[in-house]
Amino acid sequence: MTQRVKFYQTGTFTVGNRLLDEENRTVQATVERSNSLTSGHRACQGCGEALGARYVVDVAMREANNNLVAVNATGCLEVFSTPYPESSWQVPWIHSLFGNAPAVATGVAAAMRAKGREDTRVLAQGGDGGTVDIGFGCLSGMFERNDDILYICYDNEAYMNTGVQRSGRTPPAARTATTPAVGPTKGNAFGQGKNAALIAMAHFIPYVATASVADLHDLEAKVTKAMGMTGARYIHVHVPCPLGWGSKPCDTIKLARLAVETGLFPLFEAEHGEITEVTQIRRKVPVEEYLRPQRRFAHLFGKSADTDALAAIQQMADRNIEKFGLSG
Amino acid sequence: MLKQIEGSQAVAEAIALCRPEVICAYPITPQTHIVENLSELVRLGEIGNCQYINVESEFAALSVAIGASAAGARAYTATSSQGLLFMTEAVYNAAGLGLPIVMTIGNRAIGAPINIWNDHSDSMALRDAGWIQLHAETNQDAVDLHIQAFRLAEQLSVPVMVCEDGFILTHAYERVDIPDKQQVDAFLPPFEPVQVLDPAAPVTMGAMVGPEAFAEVRYLAHHKHLQAVEVIPQLSAEFADIFGRDTGGLIQPYRSEDAETVIVALGSVNGTIKDVIDEMRDDGISVGAVKIVAFRPFPMLALRSALENAKRVIVVEKAFADGLGGILVGSVRMALRGLTTPIYTIIAGLGGRPITKVSLHRAFGEAVADEIDDPHFLDLDWAIIDHELARAKEKRRSGPIAENILRDLGLVGGKPV
Repeated sequence: MTQRVKFYQTGTFTVGNRLLDEENRTVQATVERSNSLTSGHRACQGCGEALGARYVVDVAMREANNNLVAVNATGCLEVFSTPYPESSWQVPWIHSLFGNAPAVATGVAAAMRAKGREDTRVLAQGGDGGTVDIGFGCLSGMFERNDDILYICYDNEAYMNTGVQRSGRTPPAARTATTPAVGPTKGNAFGQGKNAALIAMAHFIPYVATASVADLHDLEAKVTKAMGMTGARYIHVHVPCPLGWGSKPCDTIKLARLAVETGLFPLFEAEHGEITEVTQIRRKVPVEEYLRPQRRFAHLFGKSADTDALAAIQQMADRNIEKFGLSG
Repeated sequence: MLKQIEGSQAVAEAIALCRPEVICAYPITPQTHIVENLSELVRLGEIGNCQYINVESEFAALSVAIGASAAGARAYTATSSQGLLFMTEAVYNAAGLGLPIVMTIGNRAIGAPINIWNDHSDSMALRDAGWIQLHAETNQDAVDLHIQAFRLAEQLSVPVMVCEDGFILTHAYERVDIPDKQQVDAFLPPFEPVQVLDPAAPVTMGAMVGPEAFAEVRYLAHHKHLQAVEVIPQLSAEFADIFGRDTGGLIQPYRSEDAETVIVALGSVNGTIKDVIDEMRDDGISVGAVKIVAFRPFPMLALRSALENAKRVIVVEKAFADGLGGILVGSVRMALRGLTTPIYTIIAGLGGRPITKVSLHRAFGEAVADEIDDPHFLDLDWAIIDHELARAKEKRRSGPIAENILRDLGLVGGKPV
C-alpha cells in the first residue's frame, strides 16, 4: 500500500524545511546536528519515541554546545539503543534503573556542580511508565529540589517494551495486554490516569511543556527554550507507537497530529506553575477520526460499536478544549 | 585528635576528612545522626565544594550517588534497615556498574514487627549484592574503616558498605582518635575513575547485556572481590603505618592461636566476647575469638588458617535465615570444608536484645562441653513461645503474634482471650 505524497498538508503548519529560511529550519536539517542518537538502532519502523528522542537530544546538544550528559530510564529507548555490544549514543549516556533516572540525573548534576563544571548540562529521559508510574517519586523529588535537569517523557501511553501493558498514561477504553477488550467494560477504565505535566506544574518548576512529534518545529523550539533556562524543566512528548497502538508505521505523525487536533493531547507551555502558551487547534477533528485507525480502540467500532465510550472520549476532548482554551 | 564523641559524629568527621564531593541524605534511625552532622559540616564549608542533596527516599539516595559516581565524583550515603531494603535495586545496580560508592550501614533489624534496634538482618539481606562489606567493632574501627573504604572502593572500582551496629556504636559516646587531615590526604588520593560520563570522551554506561557476555561481566565482579581479599590486608597495613592503628585487614584474632574453642563474630559484640574469653581463660578454659572484619569478600583462607587447629568453633550472629539457621555460619563452614570440626551457632541480639556477658558465658560453657543445641537462640523466652504456639493451636483466628506477645508480657492492653 502506498501513501499519496503531498507537498503541503491541508490544515496544518507542517512545511518542508526547504520552504523555510535557514534560521527557521530544524536542527535535524543542518549538517551540524550531533546525531546523538545515531542510525543503526533497533527501534520499530514508525517509532515515535525514536523520532522524538532524535530531535530532542540533538537540540539539547546544540544548546549545550555539545557539553551534555544524558540519563535514561529503562524502557524501549534504552533497549533499542544499547544492545550489547552496540550503542547508538554519541553523548555520554547512562542507564541505571527503571525508576531512578531523575535521581541519577540529580547525581550527575551534583557532581558537575561539585567540580565547578555547571556548563555540562544534564538531560534525563524515559517513557511514560518510567516517568509517570515507577519513576514518579524520584521525578517529584527532582522537581521539588529544582535540580538543574531537563527531563523528557516520551509518552506512548503504555508499557511497550514489556509488551503493551497499561500505564498511568493509557487512555480510557484503550486495549492493552492488561486491559483486554473483553468483558462488560472493554479496554482501560474511564476516570483513571494522571496528567503528569499538570502535576509537574504543581511543583512550580521553571518550565513545563507538552509537545508532539506531529510538530517537530514546536518540539525543537520547546527544547531550545527549556535549555535556555536552569532548574527543573519537564517536557512531555506525545509519541505514537505502531506496535502498541496497532497502527500503521506510516501513520505515526498523522495520529500524533490527530491527537492534538481532537483536543485529546493539548499542547501548552507553563512557567513557574502558570500556563503561558497554548497551541490553538486550527481545525477541530472528532475523536473518532483519531481512534478508528488504531487497533487498540477497534472494539469501539464495528457491529458492537461502543457509542457510550466514544461519546465519553469526545467529552474528554471537548473538556480539554474548554479547559486549555484550545479553540481560541 | 582524641575526642569524647558520639559514634555518628565521629563517622561524619571521618567522612568529611575523606573529601566526598556528593553526599545524599535520607533519614532513617539509627544512621540519621551521621547525615545530620554531615549537613552541618557541608554548610560550614568544611568539605570544600561538597554537594549535600536531601532526597525523597533511600532509593533516590543511592540513585543520586550512582549518578554522581558515574560522573566522576566521590559519593557517599548512609542508611539502615528498611532503607537499605528500599534501595535494594540500586544497591545491586551500583555494584553491577562498578561504581565506588561508600555507604554506611547503621545495622538495624528489619520488620515486621517494626523494630528500630540493632541486629544484622539488613546488611545480611544484601550480602550478595556485589558490595564489599566491612564490619566495625568500635567507633574507632568505624572511623578507620571508612577511610580505608574510600581507598578500597576507588582502587578496585567497587562499592563498599561499612557496617556498624545501630545505637550500640552509632549512638555511643566514647573516646575516638579523629585523624589529621594530612594523614588522610596522604592515605587517600583524589578519585581517579576508571569510567566517567565525560562529554569530551562519550561512553555508554549501563548498556543491555545478553547471554553472550553477562556471565563474563558477572565473573569480573567476582574477580574484583577476589582482588579485594589481597588488597584489604595491604591497605590495612598501610593504614597502620600512617595512623598507628591496626584494623586487622580481613580478620582479627584474639587469644585464638592456641585456643581449643574459637568464637567467630561480626561487629561490636566482639567486645563482649573478648571480655567473656578473658573470664573463661581465668578459669583455665582454652577459648579465643576471631573477629571477621570483611564479611564480603569472605576471608576464606585467612579464616581457615585461623580456625583449622581449633577443636570446636562457635559462631555468634545477629541474623538468621528462617527454616535454616545461621547465615554467617554457612560461610564459616565453607571455609572449614573437609574438616570435622564441630561448629555451633548462637543466634543473639535480635532486634536489639542485649547480649550479656552472663548469657554468653553460659552458652559458651555449654558449647565447650559440646552440650549446646544448634542453632542456639540466646536468651529465648520459651514460655512465651510455647504460650503463643498453644494459642495458635487452640483457635484459627489467634490474632497478630506481635500484639499477642506484648499482651502476654503485660506491655499493652489486657490479656487476649
